[in-house]
Amino acid sequence: METINYQNFRIEAENICVDYNGKVALYDANLRLKPGQICGLVGMNGAGKTTFFNALTGFVNISKGKIRINGESVRSAQKDQTIAYVPQNEGIDSQFPISVWDVVMMGRYGSMNIFRSPRESDVQAVKDAIERVDLTDHLYTPIGNLSGGQRKRTFLARAIAQRASILLLDEPFSGVDIRTEKLISELFIQFKNEGKTILLSTHDMIHVREFCDLVLLINKTVVAYGETSEVFTPENITTTFGGISPDFLFGPES
Amino acid sequence: MELCSFLTLDSFITDPLTHDFMRKALLMSSLVAAVCGFLSSYLTLKGWALMGDAVSHSVMPGVVVAYALGLPFSLGAFIFGVGSVALIGFIKQKSRVKEDTVIGLVFTGFFALGIVLVSKIKSNIDLHSILFGSPLGISLSDVKQTIFISLLVVILLSIFRKDLMLYCFDPRHAKTVGINVFFLHYLLLTCLSLAAVVGLQSVGIILVVAMLITPGATAYLLTDKFDNMTVISVLSAIISSLIGIYVSFWFDLETGGSIVLAQTFIFLFAFLFAPRYGIFKLKKLFAGFK
Repeated sequence: METINYQNFRIEAENICVDYNGKVALYDANLRLKPGQICGLVGMNGAGKTTFFNALTGFVNISKGKIRINGESVRSAQKDQTIAYVPQNEGIDSQFPISVWDVVMMGRYGSMNIFRSPRESDVQAVKDAIERVDLTDHLYTPIGNLSGGQRKRTFLARAIAQRASILLLDEPFSGVDIRTEKLISELFIQFKNEGKTILLSTHDMIHVREFCDLVLLINKTVVAYGETSEVFTPENITTTFGGISPDFLFGPES
Repeated sequence: MELCSFLTLDSFITDPLTHDFMRKALLMSSLVAAVCGFLSSYLTLKGWALMGDAVSHSVMPGVVVAYALGLPFSLGAFIFGVGSVALIGFIKQKSRVKEDTVIGLVFTGFFALGIVLVSKIKSNIDLHSILFGSPLGISLSDVKQTIFISLLVVILLSIFRKDLMLYCFDPRHAKTVGINVFFLHYLLLTCLSLAAVVGLQSVGIILVVAMLITPGATAYLLTDKFDNMTVISVLSAIISSLIGIYVSFWFDLETGGSIVLAQTFIFLFAFLFAPRYGIFKLKKLFAGFK
C-alpha cells in the first residue's frame, strides 16, 4: 500500500483559466486539497463547476495557470489512474447496451494492456467494487434497467475499481433514492478514512454542511474558499448565486 | 430469368451461383456488409449518422480525382472523407453557424464538386456506378482493394473494440484514465471513411450511409449487450446484402437499392416485433399467454 503523506497537497490549482473559443468559462480559480479532505463545489448552473472538473481531469485544456496532481502534471495523473470522475446521471447515455459489470470494468481499462483483457486482479477489483456499492445482485443487468440510484452506484463502483486517490463527483446526490444516499454518505466516510480526496458538486446546501470539510463557492471564479463553518455563510452564498437570497435556497425555516 | 425458373427454393438460390459475376458480387457484398455492419454499432451509439452521411458523400471528388490520376480510388476517397470532417470542425469552431448546418453545407459542397469534376474530366468513370453502386460489375483490382481495406478496418476495430466502446459511451472517463481520446476519435473517422469507400461499391455513394447506420439501429432494438449488438448488426447486414442481390437478380432490379431496402425491411421488422423494444413488445405478449 502507498503511504499517504497528509501534509502534501493532492490537488493544487493555481490561477487556472478555461475558455471555449474565446468565451471565458472559468478564470483565476484556485484550489488546494490534501488527502482525506472532502470539498464541496457550489455554484449556479453555468458557474463553471463542470469546467473545473474537466480542467482537473484534463478533459479540457487550461489557457492559463497551473494544475498539479500529487505534485505532478495532469497527464501523469491520468497515466497513474489518480483521478476518477463520477458523472451525473444526465451526463451518460442510460440506453447504451452495457451491463453493470462492463461499466465497472472500464475503471480498470487505464491499467490494462491494449486489448483491455482483464487479469485475475482486475476481475477481483471489479467484484469488490460492486460489492461495496451493494449491486452484487445486478452484475449483468443492463444499465438501462437500473434505477437512478443504482446507476449512480455503478459509476461509484467504477471509481472504486479504478483505485483512484482523488474522486470528482458531479451532483452525486441528485436523483437518487434514500438507500443510495445513505450508502454514498457511508462510502464518503470510508474514503476519507482511506485518505482519498473528494471534490463534489452539489445543489443541496444541507449536504455541504453534512459532509464537506471545505467548500469552494464559484461563479466563473472563486467567490469564497475555506472551512465550511467559516465560508458557507448566507452572504457568500448570496454572492455566489448572483444576489438570490439564501432564504429562497434553504427554504424559509433555515 | 423467367419467373417459372425458381419454382423451387433450391434453384432460386443455386441458379445465380452458376454465374461468375454473381458469386463475386455475393462474396464481395457480404464482406463489405460485414465491415459496415461492424462499424455501424459504434456509429449509431455515438450518434454519428449525419457524420456518416457527410463523409460518404464527401468522398465523391476523391474517387473522381483518384480515377483520373490512376491512383487507387480508396486513397482519394480517404483524403476527402477525413478532409471533410476536418473542414466541418474548422468551420464550426470559427463561425457561429450550428453544427448540423455546417455538416450539411460541407458535404453537399464536396458532393457537388465531385459531380462537376466527373462532367469535366471525361474519363471512363461511370457516374451511375459511383452514385448507385455496381456490385455485379466489380473489377479484379477493385476486389483486391476492397479485401485489403475491409481487413484493415476489421483488424483496427477488433484491436480497439473496447476502447472505442468506451469512447462512444463515456469519453470523459477515457480521458481521465489516460486513454488517447484524440486518437480514438480519428480512428473512428478513418474507419468511417474506409468503410464508406468499400460500401459505395455495393450500394453507391448516395445510399452507403444506410449500410453504416441501419444494421446498427436494427441490432440496437434487439439487444442490451454490446457484443451481441455487433454480431446482430454484422449478420443483418450480410443477410440484407444476400437478399438484395438475389432479389435484384431474379426481378431485374437495381442492386444497391435492393440491398438497402432489404436492410430497411429488417429494421422495420425489429421495430415492430423486437421482444423488448418493439412496438408490439412480444416478450410481454407471450408472458401474458402463460
